[in-house]
Amino acid sequence: MFRFIIRRLLITLPMVLVIVTLTWGLIRLAPGNFYTGEKRIPPAIEKNIREKYGLDKPWYVQYGKMMSRVLKGDFGDSLTYPGQSVNQILWRTLPVSATLGVLAYLLALAVGLTFGTLAALRQNSKIDYASMALAMLGISIPNFVLGPLLVLIFSLTLFWLPPARYGGFPSWSLVMPVITLSALYMAYIARLTRSGMLEVLRADYVRTARAKGLSEKQVVLRHVMRGGLLPVISFTGPALAYLITGTVVVEQIFAIPGLGNYFLNANFSRDEPLIIGIVAFLAILILVFNLLVDIAYGIIDPRIRY
Amino acid sequence: MRDEREDKRTDWEHGTEPALTPLGTPQEPPIRSREGDIIHTAPELAVGEADVRSAEPGAREPLAGTSLWRDAWRRLLKNKLAVFGMLVVAAIILVCTFGPFVIRLATGFTYDYQPPEIELKKSFPPFSAPDGTFSWAHPMGTDTLGRDLFSRVLIGGRISLMVGIISTLVSLLIGITFGATAGYLGGRVDNVMMRIVDVLYSLPYMMIVIVLLAFFGGRSPLGQLVMLFVALGAVSWLTMARIVRGQVMSLKNQEFVLAARATGVPTERIIFRHLVPNTLGPVIVYATLTIPQVMLQEAFLSFLGLGVQAPLASWGSLASEGIQNIAIFPWQLIFPGVTMALTLFSLNFLGDGLRDALDPQMRKT
Repeated sequence: MFRFIIRRLLITLPMVLVIVTLTWGLIRLAPGNFYTGEKRIPPAIEKNIREKYGLDKPWYVQYGKMMSRVLKGDFGDSLTYPGQSVNQILWRTLPVSATLGVLAYLLALAVGLTFGTLAALRQNSKIDYASMALAMLGISIPNFVLGPLLVLIFSLTLFWLPPARYGGFPSWSLVMPVITLSALYMAYIARLTRSGMLEVLRADYVRTARAKGLSEKQVVLRHVMRGGLLPVISFTGPALAYLITGTVVVEQIFAIPGLGNYFLNANFSRDEPLIIGIVAFLAILILVFNLLVDIAYGIIDPRIRY
Repeated sequence: MRDEREDKRTDWEHGTEPALTPLGTPQEPPIRSREGDIIHTAPELAVGEADVRSAEPGAREPLAGTSLWRDAWRRLLKNKLAVFGMLVVAAIILVCTFGPFVIRLATGFTYDYQPPEIELKKSFPPFSAPDGTFSWAHPMGTDTLGRDLFSRVLIGGRISLMVGIISTLVSLLIGITFGATAGYLGGRVDNVMMRIVDVLYSLPYMMIVIVLLAFFGGRSPLGQLVMLFVALGAVSWLTMARIVRGQVMSLKNQEFVLAARATGVPTERIIFRHLVPNTLGPVIVYATLTIPQVMLQEAFLSFLGLGVQAPLASWGSLASEGIQNIAIFPWQLIFPGVTMALTLFSLNFLGDGLRDALDPQMRKT
């Protein structure tokens, strides 16, 4: 187990380097740069700025400088937000996006597990068909359609919730973004739970548990749940990656000042340090998270050996 | 973890994969090939390991009546939701392909036609003429520039479907080649190739696609489309590679492969003529389910302004235009949004139905 973790961590670092290099390369290969925008800058000033950011050096010097900074965990200064370092922006926007993501994931887990379990235990019943049809709907409605539809109904017609404004953690303004973001995962988790549990319900060890006289409740909670949850847990890793992509859209719709919003704007304004900072940060986050999921997986499923 | 003492070598040193890569964890106790490798499948699809039997060479014998495909077709027709999905998808493809011509012949409107009169350059609600009376001219209303929304939704559908299908084909090409090669060659080559897939799996690849399109796109609408095909195809082949690899690994030790090898058939030919055709069942199922995923990603990118560029339209870019005016002209969002949801819904049902029809595991229930 220990060796496994070390091994994985050893793979993680080069992967982050590859991702950063790839992103940097893409940005550098593209025609144009931050200074070729609509606002013309006098050549003398541009020259000074280029010197300040080291853009007058050959590309390998710049790459080396960038990489050594990144390795130290310092992503440099943002170009579009003068006077702010990328690290400051990261620490300011991360809590916003994380709140959204965590709440959405918890909601998806709660609803998805409940309906998935109910559907599996009452296979081919009305509740099974209803929850699976709803889940299919959740998978098929794009979040950028669902979000505005919610706004249309709850803000613009019923006037219950604010349409687009971010008001911090415990606030009504989070309700619609969280629902929009979680719909897809809710649906996925419900489907995964159902199929996982159906698989396990037919397993021999569940028959044994019944045969030795355990109550139905104990059979379900102790034996079926444990096995049936495995696919849901293994979905957590990809779910994080999808959640991050999802927040880009949801933050855009609901005007939330989170990581995704800044990432998109950085791309449009060609803010190289900010793009690299966010990509590197998210890559590390995803890789570490995947490792944690793998460890949790081994704890829950005793068949797994490291 | 408790077995570490019994076996000093880890799974990786055995040349096998630990059973815990997040996406590669089968829902059943992992199925292992003769090399002891775990056969990967995507968690949301239990197709990978299940369809081995359906692809047995015996099933391809031209016996009257009950070939695998005819059998599956009959099963598919019994599934009402799948038939519904199939009909809706067929209808949408037909309407999107021929609809724009028909509209142009009937009313003279095209997707980029803007009325020259300034008082017509605004958004009218569905079925209403400029003076507010009922009219068939614009069944979905018009957009902010007075363009007919119906033809725009149809053109958008054309582009969305095209991106979905072509990118899925790109992903099929890469995924099958990669997966079949890794599965057939096995050993160290396989190990390296699958590690690459694992690495790519955990990348925030949509972020990189965003960077790619933001920095390189936007020169010409056609160039942007080609970029989309390639970018989306290049990121959606991973699961396909895993499925094909699992299939090939379970097939490669069968007698017909041995026979081919004994008669001196070259390796590429064994892979592509003998093995790949036998993996078609799961591949078709997964391809059907990839199309809606890719369409969703295309819409996501177009929504962010990185995909299809005006005056062309896709459902994503139409929805993003619609959101800006949602308070006043809700139909600009509702029509493309609902059409897209309906299409994805039907494609997903069709994919699920195909899986049930081709999956011998489900036949028991």
